[in-house]
Amino acid sequence: MNKLNLDFSLVEGARKIARNIAIDTQKFINKHSTTSIERTICRLLGIDGVDEFGVPLPNIVVDHVQKSGLINNGIALYLGNTILHTNLSPQNIAEKVSQEQLSMNEFPLSNISEIKEVLSSIIKKNLDIIKRNKQHREELISRYGEKTEPLIYLIVATGNIFEDMVQAQAAARQGADVIAVIRSTGQSLLDYVPYGTKTEGFGGTYATQENFRLMRSALDKVSEEEGRYIRLTNYCSGLCMPEIAAMGAFERVDMMLNDALYGILFRDINMQRTMIDQYFSRMVNAYAGVIINTGEDNYLTTDDAYDAAHTVLASQFINEQFATLAGLSEEQMGLGHAFEMNPELENGFVYELAQAQMAREIFPNAPLKYMPPTKYMTGNIFKGHIQDALFNIITILTNQRIHLLGMLTEAIHTPFMSDRALSIENARYIFKNMKDLGDEITFKEGGIMQKRASEVLKKALELLIKIEKEGLFKTIEKGIFAQIKRPIDGGKGLDGVIPKSKDYFNPFLEIMSRELNLGGFK
Amino acid sequence: MGGGLYFTEKKDFDKNLDLTKIKPYGDTMNDGKVQVSFTLPVDDGEKAIFAALGLAKKMGIKEPSVVYHASLDKGYTYFVVYGSLEHSIDYTKIKVESVEIEAMTMEDINDFIKTSIKRKLIVIGATTGDDAHSVGIDAIMNMKGFAGHYGLERYEMIDAYNFGSQVSNETFVKKAIELEADVLLVSQTVTQKNIHVRNLTNLVDLLEAEDIRHKIVLVCGGPRISNELAKELGFDAGFGPNTFSENVASYFVKEIYNRNSK
Repeated sequence: MNKLNLDFSLVEGARKIARNIAIDTQKFINKHSTTSIERTICRLLGIDGVDEFGVPLPNIVVDHVQKSGLINNGIALYLGNTILHTNLSPQNIAEKVSQEQLSMNEFPLSNISEIKEVLSSIIKKNLDIIKRNKQHREELISRYGEKTEPLIYLIVATGNIFEDMVQAQAAARQGADVIAVIRSTGQSLLDYVPYGTKTEGFGGTYATQENFRLMRSALDKVSEEEGRYIRLTNYCSGLCMPEIAAMGAFERVDMMLNDALYGILFRDINMQRTMIDQYFSRMVNAYAGVIINTGEDNYLTTDDAYDAAHTVLASQFINEQFATLAGLSEEQMGLGHAFEMNPELENGFVYELAQAQMAREIFPNAPLKYMPPTKYMTGNIFKGHIQDALFNIITILTNQRIHLLGMLTEAIHTPFMSDRALSIENARYIFKNMKDLGDEITFKEGGIMQKRASEVLKKALELLIKIEKEGLFKTIEKGIFAQIKRPIDGGKGLDGVIPKSKDYFNPFLEIMSRELNLGGFK
Repeated sequence: MGGGLYFTEKKDFDKNLDLTKIKPYGDTMNDGKVQVSFTLPVDDGEKAIFAALGLAKKMGIKEPSVVYHASLDKGYTYFVVYGSLEHSIDYTKIKVESVEIEAMTMEDINDFIKTSIKRKLIVIGATTGDDAHSVGIDAIMNMKGFAGHYGLERYEMIDAYNFGSQVSNETFVKKAIELEADVLLVSQTVTQKNIHVRNLTNLVDLLEAEDIRHKIVLVCGGPRISNELAKELGFDAGFGPNTFSENVASYFVKEIYNRNSK
């Protein structure tokens, strides 16, 4: 696979520096929790549903303990303690709290070992659901057989989960391997996860556990018809990263968008909040066997694909190290990049090919997520179809794993059924016709592509050295990624950051860390 | 596959261009040739093809030909249809409300502000409402600009503030007052269920409630925005795709100049 003659001592150097950057940030992460993490613990303990005003019970329970100033000890401590004193289930406790029939703060605190004991059977029961889901996925994949070619990833976004199901099944029959249900615009900024079946979204469909369940069963059905396992994707980003991860784990969602920096840069979510949330959400994803997708493609929508290529690589290194710290295996790291070269750039395709190949050589075990052209799609569907064809060629030449299919009607509307069919036809034609071309090609020694890759790698290394010196938070404050500046105390969700007390207790962090063989971090 | 390989029908129509009744052009004046593609929610087959042909005729397409049809899924068939449009349009009667100003260069715009307005202009921009798309507003405002056209942040005589995406109308209006903005630029991409229309109208309402609407130049832009729509919604101007910072800036400097000289 070595075509670029990369200097792997530089790669290892970059990786080591990225690890230092991640570990440095991890020290901060380990001292904090967030309201979203505490709500995730509620969900993992079986609390679900909403009150009469539509407020999710996990929010009510966490608010309840937060108001009495005790949340720094962790919600699990008070839930366990309340169970000991009332013998109620977490769900019953939540319901009574929401009806103001119960206060969780009034009971004298029992011994921590008793609390752990009383929670252990509930924890086991719920984690077993997640484990069974993981196992079930593995069984289905081995029954149907795993596709070796790039996975064709398609988006549905009608706003109505039932319409999405029709579209998703049609797309799967046409050849899609992965279906992502885009979220309703603005959901990332909600500090709660909506509940139940949702049929009214804008630019996408609300991510709810019930919607996950509905889509999962629709895809299971079509998987069986087609004899292929169709994967389901959703979004662990925004203010509820870990909660979405837990809900996805319960409903066998297979992939999650789950970037360490995306929310900070592109949704103006507070950087402390995001860093803490990404850790626990990734741990849940790791535990559930979910493949995460990182969002480096987004840098190239605000920055230039040629000039900013090294920031993509640097971010991939950083995402890789944060993912490792959270227990994700390389096979679960869908590191992102994108085909966004300006079509007017001479040799743009050649540079793009070099960069795509570089990502494969540097992250050989990661199922890379390759994003289609969007920035330079114009509404000229005929040219757009060709841009997508060039993108498809790079994917098959460099064997990218998760291929988000470009749509000829990008920049016009959310795809019609026929747009998807044409785009799938385009990709399948190219993937089949050029299947082994990549293996037949070597790159010219010292040629444009080798030089380009080496230059991007060097610049990425320089950037990482700079970030290590400054620290990740400072780097983001200075606007080094995507030219976007974010202050450490700015953005949304800072009020949800919780410093842990010395008695802080999150049983899932302990258990998952142990089962994921994560020594040293908790 | 579709029917005729070549169109062999006689071209016995008037082949002279008449602007009072123009038609689509294929390769001969007034041949009316159009291509249409669509999906019908029925299974592929002879009956589906007749349905597609029937629809094409209802659209005013004479002698339609289904050149391609394929099943997309059970109960869905895709068609590509060619034919000759019966309808024509009187081009001489068409009036368009587009922002017809000659775009100046960045340097000219700076000079124009210096000499004719004589102070720096304050421009604020955002993608408002829940819309998360920042590409549009970034293309117009960011220092780097788009496709080689620098954004407003690079203009020496403009103080540009880009508040990014998902900015509420309330926040945006507050910023306008705080910064004493001369120009407000609003980008809208998501148009599902006409959310952009509601969002844009709401902004106008807020500005009027604050009694600052008349003090500012209010501009919106986006892939589905036209000048006509913008004016209908109470904006001063609207810009569609392929707009660069120079187009927008040329418009608002002239507009401010014209208002000042009234």
